[in-house]
Amino acid sequence: MELISLGIRSIFIDNMIFAYFLGMCSFLAVSKKVSTAIGLGAAVVFVLGVTVPVNWILNEFVLKEGALTWISADMASIDLSFLRFIMFIAIIAGIVQLVEMIVEKFSPALYGQLGIFLPLIAVNCAILGGGLFMAQRDYTIAESAVYGFGSGLGFMLAIVLLAAIREKIKYSHVPNGLKGLGITMLLTGLMGIAFMSFMGIDL
Amino acid sequence: MSAETLEKAIEKKPAEALLSKRRKRIVADPLVDENPITIQVLGICSALAVTTQMQPTLVMAISVTFVIALSNVVISLMRNTIPSRVRIIVQLAVVATLVTLVSEVLKAFAYDMYKELSVFIGLIITNCIVMGRLEAFAMGNKPYDSMLDGLGSALGYSWIILTVAFFRELWGSGSVFGIPVFDYVSGLFGPDFSLATNGLMVTPVGAFIILGLIVWVQRTKTGYVEH
Repeated sequence: MELISLGIRSIFIDNMIFAYFLGMCSFLAVSKKVSTAIGLGAAVVFVLGVTVPVNWILNEFVLKEGALTWISADMASIDLSFLRFIMFIAIIAGIVQLVEMIVEKFSPALYGQLGIFLPLIAVNCAILGGGLFMAQRDYTIAESAVYGFGSGLGFMLAIVLLAAIREKIKYSHVPNGLKGLGITMLLTGLMGIAFMSFMGIDL
Repeated sequence: MSAETLEKAIEKKPAEALLSKRRKRIVADPLVDENPITIQVLGICSALAVTTQMQPTLVMAISVTFVIALSNVVISLMRNTIPSRVRIIVQLAVVATLVTLVSEVLKAFAYDMYKELSVFIGLIITNCIVMGRLEAFAMGNKPYDSMLDGLGSALGYSWIILTVAFFRELWGSGSVFGIPVFDYVSGLFGPDFSLATNGLMVTPVGAFIILGLIVWVQRTKTGYVEH
């Protein structure tokens, strides 16, 4: 039950885009067409769902204060958490590379769709942000898997919705200075107001 | 090698002035015409997340400036030895090291600020401006020029996020740098007068809308149109 509510929270209430502004760069750059938005969204769901639990394992057994006690009891005072940034980003870059190779080998069709987005994802703030939030909030392994997957879905939902709106707005008369980034920011703001209505829900 | 060619090789070109016209351009271009946020659409994530108050925004701006300028220099020094296939990993490692440095310094000397900025200091690693400048400039230019380029981009980023923060704090909390401007102003007009703050400004929605409007104003001034 806890897990379901965490999943729903991470999709709607703590939405990556509307509550934390994570992954804005690709959110703005790859939201011109619904089909590409779905591709990127799916890739983010997948990578977040994999990297957050893997980073949890790394954090729990290597980086946390006293995490190395499984090697020997003398290591209880070692705190490697300052290495968190560099280790997390290395894991993410590595996993993205691995995912790319696996997908290419076993599903060329999916690779054709996701291929160009995968390298982009290594430097997507949403992925690193998911890992850092997981570490900060002390999730368990099950919670971090649900959180990673849920926040990925939240990102996908946001980017697909925005792409759908942008496909329509192409045909409207937007002032020159507002074209592109300007109108997209205002649209995101309005969508944010809609998502704020989820905030009052206590799960 | 003949003596003549040797002489030629030793003979130095006249050194370029420390702030020649070309170098001033490197710094000045990203401020307005090539602004990383409003024109190139990079580094938006952190631009919005930390801007509810001026003070954390200033800390963020300084941290980003430090990371961009220094990582540009480091990568530029290493540019001829990095194999191009692993360059992203090398760049990420350099940036992550510098960000760790910033984060540890903040933790030691400004713990409240460190708590307030929480994960967003770590997210400088994935700030697209940093990676963008490394790829586009530092990989092909000399260290000093790269540092200037980094400084220019960082300043362009800084003034935009400070402007966003100024309006969000002024309208959202009625203050600037924590100084309660609204209370002071309404005090001038007698007891019945009071300026109301807008709660929407402190929420993410306010950030999107303020940045959208700033982009509008800025692009109208520079005449840049996105197609």
